[in-house]
Amino acid sequence: MRDNRTLLIILGMPVVEILLFGFAINMEVQDIRVAFYDPTPDAFTTGITERVKQNSYFTYRGDMHSMDDMEESMRKGELDLAVVFQQNFQENLVHSGEAAIQLLSNSSDPNRGSIAVTYATAIIAGFQQEQTELMQIPFQIQAENRMIYNPLMKSSYMFVPGIMGLVLMIICTIMTSVSIVREKERGTMEVLLASPLKQGTMIFAKTIPYMVISFIDFVIILLLSYFILGVPVNGSLLLLFLVAILYITLTLSYGLTVSTLVDKQVNAVIFSAITAMIPVLMLSGMIFPVDNMPQALQAFSAIVPARWFIEAVRKVMIQGLGITMIWKEVLIMFGMTLFLLGVTIAKTKKRLE
Amino acid sequence: MKTLKFLIEKEFKQMFRNPLIPRLIVLFPTMVLLVFPWAVSFEIKNIRIDVVDHSKSTYSKRLTDKVSASQYFILHDTPPDYNTAMLNMENDKTDMILEIPSSFDVDLVKSRDSEVGVAVNSVNGTQGLLGSNYIMQIVNDLSSELRGELTQTLPPQLRASMMHMPKIDIVPQYKFNPALDYKNFMIPGFMVLLLTILCGILPALNIVMEKENGTINQINVTPVSKMNFILAKLIPYWAVGLVVMIISITLSLLIYGLWPAGGVIAVLISAIVFILSVSGLGIIISNYSETMQQASFLVMFFILILVLLGGMFTPVSSMPAWAQWIAAINPFNYLTDTFRMLYLNGSTLADVSGNLLALGVIAVILNGWAVFSYKKRG
Repeated sequence: MRDNRTLLIILGMPVVEILLFGFAINMEVQDIRVAFYDPTPDAFTTGITERVKQNSYFTYRGDMHSMDDMEESMRKGELDLAVVFQQNFQENLVHSGEAAIQLLSNSSDPNRGSIAVTYATAIIAGFQQEQTELMQIPFQIQAENRMIYNPLMKSSYMFVPGIMGLVLMIICTIMTSVSIVREKERGTMEVLLASPLKQGTMIFAKTIPYMVISFIDFVIILLLSYFILGVPVNGSLLLLFLVAILYITLTLSYGLTVSTLVDKQVNAVIFSAITAMIPVLMLSGMIFPVDNMPQALQAFSAIVPARWFIEAVRKVMIQGLGITMIWKEVLIMFGMTLFLLGVTIAKTKKRLE
Repeated sequence: MKTLKFLIEKEFKQMFRNPLIPRLIVLFPTMVLLVFPWAVSFEIKNIRIDVVDHSKSTYSKRLTDKVSASQYFILHDTPPDYNTAMLNMENDKTDMILEIPSSFDVDLVKSRDSEVGVAVNSVNGTQGLLGSNYIMQIVNDLSSELRGELTQTLPPQLRASMMHMPKIDIVPQYKFNPALDYKNFMIPGFMVLLLTILCGILPALNIVMEKENGTINQINVTPVSKMNFILAKLIPYWAVGLVVMIISITLSLLIYGLWPAGGVIAVLISAIVFILSVSGLGIIISNYSETMQQASFLVMFFILILVLLGGMFTPVSSMPAWAQWIAAINPFNYLTDTFRMLYLNGSTLADVSGNLLALGVIAVILNGWAVFSYKKRG
């Protein structure tokens, strides 16, 4: 750690990332680009058109003059939703009591595609209700919704614990594995291993500075999330710190294990980068909820340390729960740490003999 | 030209001296495409729900039955009071609570207006929103069922007026992905992710490795031009990227039946331009780094930004304006968009030419910088 530039990178990286991702990552579907095809404009169709245009979720992209136009701009990716009115819409509605609107949604993104249809349907239904001045509908059931833990539905509540898990995993794993493999490459490791110190003590001494740096990283991320992103800390701060220390120890142990498996720095980087980044992104519940995955993948995700950390942090930080609610996550992370340390010590001993 | 040829040969030899690299190029894309597309889905099913029924009437019973029959919900428990249900939520045994007040049936029949309480764990905002929408649908279904039953008992003229309400038929058509399959949307994104990781990390480690090993000094004392040196570094990653693309295209056809309707040539052309820009970024990082550790931190830092702000997981259009500016110079964003258009929308090479132009400009700038920042005498 005699290297200021590296230190600057390690401490600066989480700051930039938590700010970028905390503000920018947002699941909400906005800015739905919409166009209309209305062969015979009348009071009804213009009413609906106006209402959709005024809605803040939609961005008006002009009127189309044929279905071919529509097909083309969808293929070019310029349009998310096309509202197509039947010919003689109002006439049909008044005389036969039925008229049709087609909603063509660009569903290459299924989430966006179906939400665009939902929003448009709600607007049209609302318009119709106003027009027909419904008599009081009997048997109305209202649902009063309460959003528990995240009343403003902020995406950052969901993503901040995930970003913590991801950034710490990447920093800790690369930091330990690369620097130890570097010593291996240069032969300085052999000198240390040959010294009369016990392996346990040696490894412990090696990881202490990394632990301190990673913990500082965690505190920086936490301060930024609390003061700048406005993510609450509803549970015990002490418990949160303990969970973080446990997770940091776990990820550092993983870095140690990687360092015993490879003997080139390049390979240490590739191995750590791939195993620390992709599984955390995909399987930890950071973005995609674990509950929705097929059983086999749910089982696979159980060996991703970040999954347990992220769950524990969400519970303590956002839901404000105590130690009794997270003992499972804590025990699993503890077990993983012991297992990885055991593997590391066994591997190191074998190499010496 | 001859120098370039020899330099490229040297790079290939250096690359394949490490037995991990060829394995990585083949196994990594295979693993990623085989496993991870199954993990991605925002479709929320199996929401666990507790129903607190204070009313215990026929109507509340019908509502409970409708909820438990729904494909979206799993009825976890029917606790006697709200606090017990809340404890279940804290213990992560349930995601939602539906509370039916004791006056539910009386309100329904007498004042014709009743209210139920819904509490949903919204740490995951999407899940919270969808969960409460599903409950709304079920509740609306029940009220229209009840209304239907009621109309049978109404006087004939009133019934007639209710039947004759004009009806607007809304016909949704989900284009390009009619089954609303999230895998189809994400697989083109995974291809870009693979290219970014392999063609970003490997070059970032390349020059700095030569610095650490001291072999860079040997090159520096030869009359090799900076341009040739950097070109020779870049071209092997082109080859790596193309192999990765060919594996990915084949696998997504074989496993998921996905084929670019816009033409496989268009996919490869855009991939080539993209590889140039990420490899250029990697080489810049390598030029500025003193140690492999620095290079690896920096490259991971940039890859995370490229990926998470690149529209693969969350839409660019829902980002704040400043983040959309970052997306406008993010090659990842352009290629993800291009691949999705080519794969799903059936766009042609002409349709994606705007994206290709942007990628080309980014590639030229980054590689110009890469040549410039390589200090031969450093």
